[in-house]
This record gives sequence, structure tokens and C-alpha cells, in this order.
Amino acid sequence: MGAIMIYCPNSPPGKTIMKTPVTNVQPRNRRELIAALQRVLPSQALLSETEDLRPYECDGLSAYCELPMLVALPDTVEQVRAVLVACHERGVPVVARGAGTGLSGGALPCSNGVLLSLAKFNRILEIDAANRTARVQPGVRNLAISQAVAHLGLYYAPDPSSQIACSIGGNVAENAGGVHCLKYGLTVHNIQMLSFLTIEGELITVGGAALDAPGYDLLAFMTGSEGLLGVIVEITVKLLPQPERAQVVLAAFDDVEKAGAAVAAIIGAGIVPAGLEMMDNLAIRAAEQFVHAGYPVDAEAILLCELDGVNEEVSEQILQVREIFQQCGATESHTARDERERALFWAGRKAAFPAVGRLAPDYYCMDGTIPRKHLARVLRRIGEMSAEAGLAVANVFHAGDGNLHPLILYDANKPGDLERTERLGAKILELCVAVGGTITGEHGVGVEKINQMCIQFSASALAQFHALKHAFDPRGLLNPGKAVPTLQRCAEYGAMHVHGGKVLFPDLERF
Amino acid sequence: MTDTNDSADQLREQVRVAAHSGVPLQISGGGSKSFYGRATVGTPLSTIAHRGIVTYDPGELVITARAGTPLTQIEAALAEKNQMLAFEPPYLGESATLGGAIATGLSGPRRPYVGAARDFVLGVKLINGQAEILSFGGQVMKNVAGYDVARLMVGALGTLGVLLEISLKVLPRPATELTLVQHRTPNEAIEVMNIWARRPLPLSACCYDGDGLYVRLCGADSAVRAAHDKIGGEILTNAQNFWHALREQFHAFFDGPLPLWRVAVPPARPSLRIPGKWLIDWGGAQRWLKSDTDAATICRTAAEGGGHATLFRGGDRGGYIFHPLAPGLLALHQRIKNAMDPQHIFNPGKMYPNL
Repeated sequence: MGAIMIYCPNSPPGKTIMKTPVTNVQPRNRRELIAALQRVLPSQALLSETEDLRPYECDGLSAYCELPMLVALPDTVEQVRAVLVACHERGVPVVARGAGTGLSGGALPCSNGVLLSLAKFNRILEIDAANRTARVQPGVRNLAISQAVAHLGLYYAPDPSSQIACSIGGNVAENAGGVHCLKYGLTVHNIQMLSFLTIEGELITVGGAALDAPGYDLLAFMTGSEGLLGVIVEITVKLLPQPERAQVVLAAFDDVEKAGAAVAAIIGAGIVPAGLEMMDNLAIRAAEQFVHAGYPVDAEAILLCELDGVNEEVSEQILQVREIFQQCGATESHTARDERERALFWAGRKAAFPAVGRLAPDYYCMDGTIPRKHLARVLRRIGEMSAEAGLAVANVFHAGDGNLHPLILYDANKPGDLERTERLGAKILELCVAVGGTITGEHGVGVEKINQMCIQFSASALAQFHALKHAFDPRGLLNPGKAVPTLQRCAEYGAMHVHGGKVLFPDLERF
Repeated sequence: MTDTNDSADQLREQVRVAAHSGVPLQISGGGSKSFYGRATVGTPLSTIAHRGIVTYDPGELVITARAGTPLTQIEAALAEKNQMLAFEPPYLGESATLGGAIATGLSGPRRPYVGAARDFVLGVKLINGQAEILSFGGQVMKNVAGYDVARLMVGALGTLGVLLEISLKVLPRPATELTLVQHRTPNEAIEVMNIWARRPLPLSACCYDGDGLYVRLCGADSAVRAAHDKIGGEILTNAQNFWHALREQFHAFFDGPLPLWRVAVPPARPSLRIPGKWLIDWGGAQRWLKSDTDAATICRTAAEGGGHATLFRGGDRGGYIFHPLAPGLLALHQRIKNAMDPQHIFNPGKMYPNL
């Protein structure tokens, strides 16, 4: 060790919109790093001019911005390794970035660090139809995998709403979900092998070509680790046969509680829908105005229930689901007449975020998960908190797996609005934890929810996370300041006490 | 013994003493899988008294139970609500506990079609090597807050911590199950299993025992009937017994004194050339081998086939058990072990000699 630890100055406790703050990098050190990286990268693969860095200053959570010191765009594993080794030797932070569509600021750069873009790793390396897998580079777009194997009757199941643009490497880093998680699982359930480079430049492969691998389940451990443990350079994903048929039923309710009861009744009947989505009135009206999906705009809630599988089973389950909707007091329910109408029903749901975005200059998307049984209570409480804060909230909900996306409407140009929004968001997440849920279902912690980690986890659990991070990245150079808060930060946040000043693992660095 | 008992404090105290003295602990549940892994020595720590279902809410598809809870108790509670542990944990003995099922991470015949034990773990409460009680994950389906320590514990053979509680996703039982039998050669069987897996068929198990190819279909009546028409084959009448015998290794294949190997390979891999008796499960992805061929040959052949081999039962329990890890990966395992169990008190050597 011996070198000076450089701390990423991101995410101070009271951050708002951040523009490049004071950097603690000496110009001399920066020049020396540029020279070192120029030796290992083609000239066009290293960006250092401010106007070239600008596109990388934020990810999908644009309220947080920071210019990186440099951007590296390697296109071989050897180049990635060389960048990591150069940064490790100099104690320079590295933030890996896929397509930059993440919603929690996980790819927010460090002003004193290198932003490592994996965008050029966009090749599908091998499709193994017999074993139903595809070996791909991390920059391959999620949807591109399904498109490449469609002719084989196969597809890649996880479908985050950004699937047209998001990269599979980012999906692994965030353990991305989508609307079909309840039946088909998250990213962690749909990958089989990963290769990653440690910050020291060592190539490690976890998982394998078989369904399991010897040793600890590091495939699962790497998934969702938000770029803090290693830089993923190759992924083998599992492919599933395309279902024979998919059909969707739309039902309207005059009461959110009734819709919640219908969700419980479907699950209780032993049906595992491919997707089960709920939208509240504000979200329904926004979506309807935007895409004219045929949603009933006076409903308090709608449910979209997708059933897929063998033709006969889908037919049987549609009848069952429609009967359940009726018993639960649906004011209306329709089965999509054809593929066009099915696509239209989904178009409204998939456009819900941008549609809500048209109702106000800005919106802030939350991502808590709750036990489904608390749905009505949580939505009621969100309504009350929204009124108290004077900020409208639209609710879009992966009802099948309890993953709630409240969208808070605000105006960033109105003084104090963003701060109020963040306070409301924090209260919503704390409510999710209070009912036995979690602060993030699929978007990751990033910088966004770092304070709420102090509420969800005990001091000793956080210290355990730091010890595990240390096992991969002892100097804390990979994506510093994200995902796991320091105990000190939690103490400042006031949510937790470090008893008697006693810190666990006192010999460990805190990052 | 009562159905419910919380002995977390006693277990924690035992860990605290061990961490202080540095005397290793040998963790066990019901002892049904104590043969598995490498032989170890240490002071016994039994989770068997820490038992009982903590919460079970069928509408949430989640059950949380203490590690010492017998699997029979969990499966009975689920069956009452027409639900199940979809990964079909092998008991390998009546005394099997939930903690043992998760620590070994073993899964039954349904695994290739619905997922393994690790896929159903949502959260755990554990004691780490510093005698702290920690919770990771949770009781909800989607949760990406913090590193996935819960899944890290699955299959870690108790080398990283003492499991106290586990939350699992459960699934509804299928309305109908039907098993069909076809007579095939081994390579035909492997090929046809993988052709089926590429089609949207309601498969829930697929095995070849050297004689017959057994395929289990599940789902709505109509779906199972339609799939039967597509696949063909004779209906097996005592199907539940067959799959139970396979999962529990009562099937005649498992008889006899030869060491039992578990060879995991890409499912479509044609037969491996290792002398011995083979049984192909998991649609080709898990192959059982009864053989006295030397470990080095089996290990090498499995690796050449794209997979790995485990000496599951019998043979030299102090020699080769699990496929060796690449040096960088082993070093990472050791650092993870140090992070969870700095005094190396939990089942040292159970998985690899230096872990």
C-alpha cells in the first residue's frame, strides 16, 4: 500500500444537483496518468477534454452530475486490465459504466477518477442453442440478445423497461429486474457465468458452463454488486424457449384496496402470472393521455395480468383470472382481443414513466419493495405524505412481486422543490423498510439511496459488507462512495448509533 | 422436542467462545448430510434446537424458518396451503433440516426447469465469525440492497457463518403431474431431453437411468395432456415414488459400495468416457457416476466436458472432494472466508483444505 488513498468526493450528506466540485488531483498527477493510459489505449479511446467528458457526467439519474477526470473506452480485455492496473498503482478511483441508463446514480463519475466505459464491448461471442446459453460481452444491449436468438425460438427473460438501451453488464451490476420477474426471476436467476477483472487486473471466472460451479456462489455475489467488486468483461446468459402464447387481461377497480385483494387472490389461486402490474389513477390518466391505450381514466387502479405458457394452460388461466377479478369487484375487465391490443395495453404501462414525466417539469422515480399484503396501507400513507409535502405522486407497481415505483412530481427550477422531493422519497423508502420491505427492488442503491441503507441494515451488517468489499478491492478504488455507506456517514445521517464509539473491524479502512 | 424454539443466544455464545479460543466448530443440523464434503474436526455446534417456522404467508409466497426446522415440518406446512419448495431439496435422511438443505445447496429433479436452492433464497439471518447476529436480504421477491450475502451462504457448507433463519420463495403446486417413459440409448436420451428443453413444454424433470428416459410434465390438465401428445411415451403409474427414489438416492442405481460421483456438465454434452455406471438427471446437466476410476481422471474428464466433478459419497473423504479452484479464485475464496470468519472457526477444511 503506502500510496495516498484518494476519496471520491461524491455524495456528501446534503448533496443536491452537483457540478464538478473542487478536485483534489494535482494537474501533474493527471498529466502523468494521461501519459500512462495513452501508452495502453488507442488515442481515440481516451477522453480528457471537458466537452468530451460532458456526456459521461451522469447516468439515468440526472439530478446527480459530476465530470470524471478522464474517460477510458477500451475495446479489449487487455486494455481494460491495463487501465485498472494503471489506476490501482496510482490509487485512482475507477467507475465502470455500461449504457448509463441506471436510475440510482451507480455510474456517477468521480471527479478524481477514471470513468471506464464498456460500451465498445458490444459483441455476442457465441450462441449455444443446444445448451440454451449465449456468451456475450458486457456492452451488448439487453434486447439485442433476445433478437439474436429469436430465430431459434429462444429469448433472454429479464426485461427491464430500458431494455432497448441498457447493457447486459449494467444489468448484472444492478441485478436488473423487469415486468416478468415473478415468474422468470431477476438477472441473478438468468446468468450462468461471469468473467471479471479485479482492480489489481486479475481475471476471475465464476459460475460455469454447467448449471453450478465448485466453491462459493460468487456468481450470485457479483450480481447486484454495483461495480464495487470487479469490472465484468464477459457474461454467459441463460436462454429460455419463447412461450407458445401470451395473453393479457386488463381490469379496472374503483378502489386500490380491491385491486390489492385481487392480486392476493390470483397468487392464492396458485397462478403465477408472467406479469402483474398495477397503476393508480394519476398514472392511468397520464399514460392514457400519452399513448391512448384504452385505459379507463376514471378508475382508481388498473391491473394488467399477463399469462404465458402452453396454449391450453393460458386459456384456462384467463378464465380463472377474469373470474377472480369479478369476485374482487372489478368495475370492468377485458382480455386483449389480439396481439395489437395486447401490445397497446402494455404500451401504456411501459410508457408510464415518460407519460408521468409530462405532468411536471421533473419527476423522481422510487423503487421500494413491500410485502404485497401491505399494499393498500402503504399507498394510503404515500397519499398522505404526498399531500403533506405538497408534491403529487403517481404510483406504478410491479404488483406481483411487491415492487413499488412511486413517481414524485416536482420542478427542479423551483427553489426547495428538489430537497422536498428527496425528503419525501426518503420517507417513502423508510416506510417500505418499516413494513418489512426494502429500499430498492431493482434499481440499486447507487448514490441515491445510500442514506437509507443505514435504516435497512445494522451497523454490524454494514461493517460486514465493508469487510467483504475489502476482500475484492482492499484500497476501495472501485466505484467509491456508492451502494454501501460508511458507518460515519450513517452516524451523520442520524439513523444509527455506533455504540460507545466502538467500530467493528477497526483495522479496516472505511470507504 | 417442541416444534418451536429460539436458541440463537446459546448458539451465539458458543460462537463467541470459539472465536475467543480459536477452537473450530463443526456445524451440524439433523446430520442427514454429514457425509457430504471433506471430513473435519471441531467442537460440535448443533442448530437442531433452533427450530420452528417464524412466518409463513401463503399469499406472499414466502416462508421464513429457523435453520434447525425439519424439512418435513416445512413441507407439511406448505402442502397444507397447496404450495411447495420448488427446488425439491434432497433430504438424504429423515432428520434433514432447512439449514442443512441451504448450507449444502443441493437441489432435486425440478432444478433445471425452476431453479436451484440458491434461486429461492430471499434472505438469511446468520452468526458471523465475530459472533454477531446479522440479517441480509429480506422477505420480499425483489431486493437489491447490499451485497447478496444470503445467496453466498447457499452451498458454502457452513464455512462462512452459522445460519439462524432462512427466508425462501415458495411456489404453488402444479395442478397435475404426469410422467412418461421412453426407451432410448444414453446419447439419444441426452439429445432428446435438450430438444424438449428448447421448446415451450411444461417440463418439471427429465432423467435417464440407463434404461428408460423419464420425463415429468406439470401444470394445468389441458397443458399436460397436450404436451403428452407432442412428446409421446408410456405413462408411469408410480411416478411419485420414482422421483422420490431418485431425489433420495433410493433408486437401485445408487446401491453398491463404489464411490458416488456427481458430474455437472453442460446439459447437451454427449456421454463422458469414464468407466462406471451412469444415471443422467437434470435434463443432462447433472450426471451421477458409480465408479472406482481415480479422482484425477474423473476430474480431468469432467473439466474437458465443460463441467466439474464432486466425490459425493464414499471414497477418501480427506482427498479430492470438490473440483480444485483456479489459484486466483481460491485466493479470493480465502479472503472472503477471512472477511466472514477471521478466526477460521466455522467448518474449516469442509470445502477445501485451506478454507
